[in-house]
Amino acid sequence: MDDMSDDDIIGLLDDAARLVPVAQGDVHLPLLEGKLLGNMFFEPSTRTRMSFETAMKRLGGNVINLGALASSSVSKGETLYDTMRMVDGYCDLAVLRHPRQGAAQYAADACAIPIVNAGDGAGHHPTQTLLDLFTIKQAHGRLDLDVTLVGDLRYGRTVHSLSHALARFGARLTLVSPETLGMPSEIVDDLKAAGSDITVSDDLQAQVANADVIYMTRIQKERFPDDDEYLKVAGIYQLSKSDLGGAKGSMIIMHPLPRVDEIDSDVDGTEHALYFEQAANGVVARMALLCRMLGADIPDEVTA
Amino acid sequence: MSEMRRVTAICNGTVIDHVPGGQALRVLRMLRITGSQSNPVSLVMNVPSSKHGSKDIIKVEDRELTQDELDRLALIAPHASVSIIRNFTVAEKRVVELGEEMVNVARCTYSNCISHGDREPLPHRLKVLTAEPLELRCHYCGHTQDIEGLVENLL
Repeated sequence: MDDMSDDDIIGLLDDAARLVPVAQGDVHLPLLEGKLLGNMFFEPSTRTRMSFETAMKRLGGNVINLGALASSSVSKGETLYDTMRMVDGYCDLAVLRHPRQGAAQYAADACAIPIVNAGDGAGHHPTQTLLDLFTIKQAHGRLDLDVTLVGDLRYGRTVHSLSHALARFGARLTLVSPETLGMPSEIVDDLKAAGSDITVSDDLQAQVANADVIYMTRIQKERFPDDDEYLKVAGIYQLSKSDLGGAKGSMIIMHPLPRVDEIDSDVDGTEHALYFEQAANGVVARMALLCRMLGADIPDEVTA
Repeated sequence: MSEMRRVTAICNGTVIDHVPGGQALRVLRMLRITGSQSNPVSLVMNVPSSKHGSKDIIKVEDRELTQDELDRLALIAPHASVSIIRNFTVAEKRVVELGEEMVNVARCTYSNCISHGDREPLPHRLKVLTAEPLELRCHYCGHTQDIEGLVENLL
């Protein structure tokens, strides 16, 4: 997201809003017909990989997948450089998820085609941020809001990217986590330098009344060195319907999914629950980005 | 002490002075001077210095270090002064320059960075954010570098 200006980001969110009928299948708009996307997922992903594939296909484009790692040349010891140079020759752009941080920049340096970062290690996950911003803007009409980020702020890459972006658009951020999973200090410094008002807390319940957005995250077991450390903090933050009595009517609850026990299923039926819409927005946000990267102009009015 | 020469003057070569005390061996490593070449190398470590408390001095005979080689020293000896000696006189003075980026000088200190991958061919790139104090960020993963740790990651 650092590559994009504020205007670029707002432009993408506007593009995404116009593409909603295409994402829902109500309008056929093959802007990317004849284009081929390489889905390069070196780490398991369901949602992100499928939403890129859906986005590309809704726009008339096509997709090839890296496939199972065990059966690919990566398991034979091929470097990322070589794998990406190969894809560079096959596709018009590539989406990359990789366990090592910096892989997207590395791939971009290796390739002539555009590379979309779909998550690298504990680093950034900018398309998640784009769909999160889109979800917030669709719900509230603006981004300069009180946003509470909850859970694993240390390893959670979605909250790293999102907090940077929200700070740029004037949001006030409350960071709720156990001490061991606090936001890395270099990110907090960056957020403050961007002019954001930052509050740090370990108490979720105290934030419910003031928040416009509560962004829950899963505490990721796979990021912990051992089970004991994980069990100390697992299940520490949970929201159920009974916790939401004092909330603003317009407050929205978001979650990048998959959830474990952070949000009780009794929240799903409330007006606050927006996490499934958020997941669906992944398609339309990625459609806007794919069009931008491949130079396809979206008509001002998209109608059937 | 100054009247007593610890190392004699050299006829041709490079003198690197004002290396921080105790860092001379690291400097040799950075310059890829391993001792396997036949030209004489003298070094003096931890001599008193009015500027920095103590300093090291290195004299490499019959070899003129290039600016590119010298710029690698910015990481551990940014204030080193370098003289190119020809026929016992100082022919040129050079200073260590910290550019905008250190390329293939050291490996990123973040162990999960893509640049730690086996056989990955692209160069190691550390961007210089500020010179004093030295602050570097990896071009790929964006991590701020731990300068002490970086010295252990010299290439």
